[in-house]
Amino acid sequence: MAELERHAYDVVVIGAGGAGLRAVIEARERGLRVAVVTKSLFGKAHTVMAEGGCAAAMRNVNTKDSWQVHFGDTMRGGKFLNNWRMAELHAQEAPERVWELETYGALFDRTKDGKISQRNFGGHTYPRLAHVGDRTGLEIIRTLQQKIVSLQQEDKKEFGDYEARIKVFHECSVTDLILDADTGGGQRIAGAFAYWRETGNFIVFEAPAVVLATGGIGKSFKVSSNSWEYTGDGHALALRAGSNLINMEFIQFHPTGMVWPLSVKGILVTEGVRGDGGVLKNSEGKRFMFDYIPAVFKGQYAETAEEADQWLEDNDSARRTPDLLPRDEVARAIVAEVKASRGTPHGGVYLDIASRMPTEEIKRRLPSMYHQFIELAEVDITKDEMEVGPTCHYVMGGIEVDPDTGGAATPGLFAAGECAGGMHGSNRLGGNSLSDLLVFGRRAGLGASDYVRAMSERPNVSEAALEEAAKMALAPYDSHENPENPYTLHAELQQSMNDLVGIIRKEGEINEALAKLAELRGRLQNVAVEGGRVYNPGWHLAIDMRNMLLVSECVAKAALQRTESRGGHTRDDHPAMDANWRNTLLVCSTTEAATSEAMVPGVTVAPEQQLPMRPDLLEVFELSELEKYYTEGELTEHPERKG
Amino acid sequence: MAGSTGSYQASLRVWRGDDSGGGLQDFTVEVNDGEVVLDIIHRLQATQTPDLAVRWNCKAGKCGSCSAEINGKPRLMCMTRMSTFDEDETVTVTPLRAFPVMRDLVTDVSFNYQKAREIPSFTPPKDLQPGEYRMQQEDVNRSQEFRKCIECFLCQDVCHVVRDHEDNKKAYAGPRFLMRQTELDMHPLDTMERRPEQAQEDNGLGLCNITKCCTEVCPEHIQITDNALIPMKERAADRKYDPVVWLGNKLFRRG
Repeated sequence: MAELERHAYDVVVIGAGGAGLRAVIEARERGLRVAVVTKSLFGKAHTVMAEGGCAAAMRNVNTKDSWQVHFGDTMRGGKFLNNWRMAELHAQEAPERVWELETYGALFDRTKDGKISQRNFGGHTYPRLAHVGDRTGLEIIRTLQQKIVSLQQEDKKEFGDYEARIKVFHECSVTDLILDADTGGGQRIAGAFAYWRETGNFIVFEAPAVVLATGGIGKSFKVSSNSWEYTGDGHALALRAGSNLINMEFIQFHPTGMVWPLSVKGILVTEGVRGDGGVLKNSEGKRFMFDYIPAVFKGQYAETAEEADQWLEDNDSARRTPDLLPRDEVARAIVAEVKASRGTPHGGVYLDIASRMPTEEIKRRLPSMYHQFIELAEVDITKDEMEVGPTCHYVMGGIEVDPDTGGAATPGLFAAGECAGGMHGSNRLGGNSLSDLLVFGRRAGLGASDYVRAMSERPNVSEAALEEAAKMALAPYDSHENPENPYTLHAELQQSMNDLVGIIRKEGEINEALAKLAELRGRLQNVAVEGGRVYNPGWHLAIDMRNMLLVSECVAKAALQRTESRGGHTRDDHPAMDANWRNTLLVCSTTEAATSEAMVPGVTVAPEQQLPMRPDLLEVFELSELEKYYTEGELTEHPERKG
Repeated sequence: MAGSTGSYQASLRVWRGDDSGGGLQDFTVEVNDGEVVLDIIHRLQATQTPDLAVRWNCKAGKCGSCSAEINGKPRLMCMTRMSTFDEDETVTVTPLRAFPVMRDLVTDVSFNYQKAREIPSFTPPKDLQPGEYRMQQEDVNRSQEFRKCIECFLCQDVCHVVRDHEDNKKAYAGPRFLMRQTELDMHPLDTMERRPEQAQEDNGLGLCNITKCCTEVCPEHIQITDNALIPMKERAADRKYDPVVWLGNKLFRRG
C-alpha cells in the first residue's frame, strides 16, 4: 500500500495502562526495542480510575498476613474457579512489585513507622491495600509513566534519542493483528495494523511479539464505570488471531456506582468508603448486609452491628463486617433490597460515611469521593448519605494465557491485566486488579522478551494482510444502501447487554440478547460515517463496534451455557452454585476468519477442565471449607482425607 | 436542583475547524437534569454532528482528557454542570487556546510531553533496596498534593507566559512541570541536587509572575502558586544569592 507508515520493533505493547506500561519497562530493561500503542493520550488510560488500592501481603499493618492468606482470599473471592497458578504468582510477587514502585518515585500513604500503609477491603482477611487516599490508580499510572520517561532520558544520554528504545504512539488505535505470511496457515504473530486518530492515516508495526494490555469490555453495557476505551479490543484481536477467551460469562458489577443524576449513573464510588467504615443501609435505615451472608461465608463475617464496629477498631478481636463481602455478594444484596421495595428514590441503597467519621477525616481519606458528589450530584457526603447501586465494572474473563509467561495460544502473542483471563476466577476482589497488572504486566513483558530472543527467524507481514485490514477499517466510508449510524448501534447494544445479560440472567433473555446481537452484526456491515478521516469519532466508534459485538457474543453464549450461579454470573433459573461446574472453564473461539464481508466472525463455546490444584496449595484451606465448593471425588487427595 | 426532572433546549456555540481555520457554529441541544457540558457535546455528536472531534475518556474528572474553554474559561467538560449556566444563556465551547488545533475541540498537546522529558527524573538513593523505604506521612503530604495532578493541562493553557507569547514556549516548562520539579525537590528521598536552580535556569521559573491563574483553573484544587511555585522561587533565590548557602554548598556538598 502507498502512504503507509511502517515501523519495526522487537515488542509492540497494545495499551498503556498499568499492565502495558509495566510490560514496556520489563522489555526495555531486557534490552529490547519497544513500541507502546494507545488509543488515548499517554498517562490517561483506565488505570487512573482505580481508587481504593493495590493488594499485596506486605504485612505492614498486620504481621499475620502472608502470601498464602492472600492466595486463599483470592481463590475464595473467585469461588475456586481461579487459575490457581496465577493466584499463587500474584500473591507471592505483589509485594515486590509495589515496593519497586517506590524506587520509581511513587508516594503511597504511610504507617506511623514510615512504611506503606495498608487498608481493609472486601474479601481481604487483613488490611492489605497500598493506597494513596482514593486515587491509587492515578499514582500507579503516573509513576509508571514517569519511569518510562526516566528510561527515555537514559536512552537520550546513551544514543542521543529519547525514542531509541521506547516510543509511545498515542492516540493510535490497533484494528488488527497481522500473522506471519511465511508459515502457510499463518500462525505466528508478525505485527499489528493501526490508524492514527489524529489523521486517520494507517500505520503498521512489524514485530515478532505483541503484548495485549487493552483492559476490559464495559462499554458494551449501558450502566458502567468504564471509559469509552473499554471496547474489548484486546479480547477481540486475540480471538481473531486464533487465541481463546475463557470465563467470559463472569462480569463484575461493582456494588457501589452513583445512581443519580442519570447522566453520572454508573460512575464508581470506591469500596474504600466501606473499607474505612462506611455502611450500607436500606430505606428503613437498616444495615441489611447482615441478612445476606451466604452459606459459604457463614462464620467468617460479623453477625451484629456491634461486632462489625468492634472489628473496625481491632481486626483481631472480632469478625469483619459483611459490608465488605466480595463484590458479587454485595451487588446481589443491593438488587434484592431494591426489588423488595426497600431502595432509595432513585433505585439504589444508601451508603453512609457521614455518621461514621468526622467531616475532616472524610475529606482527608476520601477527597475524590467528596468532590465527585459535591460537583456532580450536589450531595455533601460529610453530611448526607450517598445513593448507590451496581455498575458494570470489570470483566473476569479474558485471553487464555500461560500463567508464568502470559503467552496466548498464538505464538508471539502475550496478554496481561484485565484483558487476560483466569487469575480472578468468577469474581475479582477489590485491590487485586492493580496488583494483577503489575505482576502480570511484568511477566508478559518478560515472556515476550524471552520469546523474541529465542527466535531464529523473524516473521513477515504480507501485503495481502495489510490490504484486507485496511479494507475492513475503511468499510464505513463505502456507500451503503441502508446506512446505519454507529452511535445508534452502540446505544442499542448497550441497552440489550444491560437488560438481558446483566447482573441477573435467565435463559430466555440471553437468547433474546443473542438474537439482537445477530441483528446488530448484520447492521454493522452497513454502518456509515460522515466527514473525513481526520479525528473522526463516528468512524472510530464504527471500528470499535466490531470488537464490542464479537466480545458481547462471547459473554452471552458463555452465560447461556453455564447453568449455575457463581461469582459474576447469576442465573435466575439456576440460582445455586454447582460443584460439578467449579472446575469447568468455558472457552470461546472464532469459527471463521474476519473479512470485510463478515467483520464479526462467529463464536463457538466449549467446556475445558482446569488442572487440579497442587496439593501444597490445597493445604492452605481447611477441608471443611473446600467441601463447600468441591465435589467429593476431587478431595480424595487432600491430606486430611488421606491421613 | 438535584431531584427535579427538568429538560430544556440549550443554545450551544461550538468551534469547528482544523489547523487551516474554522469558526463558531450554533446548535440547539436538549439538556436534562444533572448533565454536564460533555453530555451535551455527546448528544450533539449522536444526533447532529457525528464527526465532531472531542477528546475524552473517563467522564468522571479523573483522567484530565476533556479540557476545553467554556465561555472562555479553561475547564474540564465532564465536571462543568449545565446547571451553572442560565437556561437562556448561550454556552460557548472552544478548544484550548494555547495549543495548536488538530480538529474541532481537539488540540495538539505534545508541548506538554516534551516539557515532561526536560525535568530530571526521580533519583533514588543508591543504597536503599525496594521495601526499605521509610517516609513519614507529614513528609510526603507536600509532594502528594502535587501528585494529585491529572495532567489536564488547563494550567498550561491559562498561563499568560505562553498563552499570549508563543515564543516563550521554548524556555518555559509551564506550571505543571515547574510543580513537578517542586514535587521532586520536596520528595523525602530524592537525591538530585540543585532542582530549584534548574527550575530557574533550565525550566523558566523566572518567567512566572505569580498571577495565580493556574491555581484558579486547577480542577484538583492544587495550590500550584502558593505551595509549588512561590516556595521554589524562594529556594532558588536563597541558594543563588545567600552567601552562606553558597559557601555551605561548596564545603559540604550533599550526596
